[in-house]
Amino acid sequence: MTTLTTLHTTTQVGLALKDINLELGDGDGRVRALDGVDLSVNRGEFVAIVGPSGSGKSSLLAVAGALAKPDSGSVQVLGQDLGQLGRSQGARAKFRMGNIGFVFQSGNLIPALTAGDQLRLVNRLAGGPRGFDPQPLLESVGLGHKAKSRPGQLSGGERQRVGIARALVTEPGLLLVDEPTAALDRERSRQVVALLAEQCKQHGVATVMVTHDHDVLGYCDRVLEMEDGKLREHH
Amino acid sequence: MFLALRELKFARGRFGLMGAVVALIAVLMVMLSGLSAGLVNDGVSGLKSLPVTAFAFDQGTKTDNAFSRSIVEPDQIEAWATQPGVAEAEPVGAGMVNAQTDDGTQVDLSLFAVEPGSFLAPVVSEGDTLGSLNGIVVSETARSEGIEVGTVITLDRLDTELEVIGFTDGQATFGHVDVAYLPLDTWRLIASGAAQPGAPTQAQVDALNFDVASVVALKAEPGTEIDLAAGDAAAQTTAVSLKESFNSSPGYEAETLTLSLIQVFLYAICALVVGAFFTVWTIQRQHELAILRAVGASGTYLVRDSLAQAAILLFGFTALGVAAGVGLGMAMPQGMPFALEVTPILTSSLITITLGLIGAAVAVFRIIRIDPITALGGQR
Repeated sequence: MTTLTTLHTTTQVGLALKDINLELGDGDGRVRALDGVDLSVNRGEFVAIVGPSGSGKSSLLAVAGALAKPDSGSVQVLGQDLGQLGRSQGARAKFRMGNIGFVFQSGNLIPALTAGDQLRLVNRLAGGPRGFDPQPLLESVGLGHKAKSRPGQLSGGERQRVGIARALVTEPGLLLVDEPTAALDRERSRQVVALLAEQCKQHGVATVMVTHDHDVLGYCDRVLEMEDGKLREHH
Repeated sequence: MFLALRELKFARGRFGLMGAVVALIAVLMVMLSGLSAGLVNDGVSGLKSLPVTAFAFDQGTKTDNAFSRSIVEPDQIEAWATQPGVAEAEPVGAGMVNAQTDDGTQVDLSLFAVEPGSFLAPVVSEGDTLGSLNGIVVSETARSEGIEVGTVITLDRLDTELEVIGFTDGQATFGHVDVAYLPLDTWRLIASGAAQPGAPTQAQVDALNFDVASVVALKAEPGTEIDLAAGDAAAQTTAVSLKESFNSSPGYEAETLTLSLIQVFLYAICALVVGAFFTVWTIQRQHELAILRAVGASGTYLVRDSLAQAAILLFGFTALGVAAGVGLGMAMPQGMPFALEVTPILTSSLITITLGLIGAAVAVFRIIRIDPITALGGQR
């Protein structure tokens, strides 16, 4: 990943949010999405954030993933203060590509690409090696035999696992996971989250997962609860 | 083009339909181009084939039908001959006649009268070039009327008989009528009304006191340009370049403008259709693009990829359409004014592709405005 601003840092802190405030909307519709949020996630730590819809979970992911700038507060990813990246979309995109992995709802794969090509595309976007082989990563998520299958030929769980493998192509230090079990049955949900936990430990990735699914929280090191933009320990 | 190629393959039905529209536009474009070239050839190929730099008409002659309207005097021709840069200044007589062949077939001829042996004398593909008073060289396309070397053509009302002694090398028509080259003396007999029934004779020419012509054909010395304004002032004429003289062909301007207008509309339709397709296509995959942007893909990369997709579509299907159009064009019936010429087809293909790409570019530039935050579930 020589072309990207990949941080080869020795810091153990993958994500550090300090007193983050974010308001969304205009006029009467303006709401406080994040209200003085503090969060620190170490590398290799798997943190879940639960909470009702509209509580600010996705906003937290957007701020942590350099997709949105908070109104105030500091965001550090792998020791890099995101505020120093400025407002340039290009610099933020480059930083995301090198350091942050995203796992979206239902995998959110590109319909035209096979499982292998999903990973190859990210490698190309990141300026990775030409001879990149997606097979080992697909095998690590148990889908070595599905490299040539398109999303339409995969089950919901398989799509989500391809999504996880895709997020790990650039060997990110921070993994942000958005409702990974939203479209899965209980058994598949457990398999997917178990896989996330395994990859988190294996690759030493600080992982933040936003979920509604309380059945899978047992795989997480810490569970936090979001309500009205405030983050607190889950009981 | 990693994504572009795979999407083209994956959504081949959608791209195929769009491509079919582009191909049909290309077919139509080849047809219009062929018709345009055919009509131009029918209208002015007689002029195009002349080794002339410019024509000088009598001063103030109305542009339309100027060849048969204009009359120039010998002193005007001499004035032009002495102008700097003029290598040749030759009189040309012009006019349209109705006639009949010896088997009774009615034909129309556009007369181009030149001095035999001058630089304007036609090159023949069969038979002899101009010489005898009654010998005429006609356009090769007149063969479709059953005319052959040796056919005697009788002019209506005058009953003057002219014999076909040769055919031009290629089509030579003017105002959609076959050109007949004839000696200037013979034309003067016809134009003055002094022509008698039967073949024209030298005695008739000698007795004639009529030395005017229609226009002066000018040929520039190699590497020089003729100062038309100065020549006009000296010779009391209105000179125009060979290309400008095409407008003097009956109906030429109206026909070419009509076809050009249709072509312009076709180009606009192509840009709009391609632009509309890529707008819908971009909107359809907005969420995918948001994901790629969230992952870290730059807007520039995605725009470049989408434009490459549009370019492949446009190049591929325009080529297919042009091939189909050329195939159809080759099957056109004989009498139709249709000519397949490489340059206009290539030019219009490139314009189609360029305008299609501009249409696509306007559509895909919305990619830059896609907010990657919409990739997150809660933000959809």
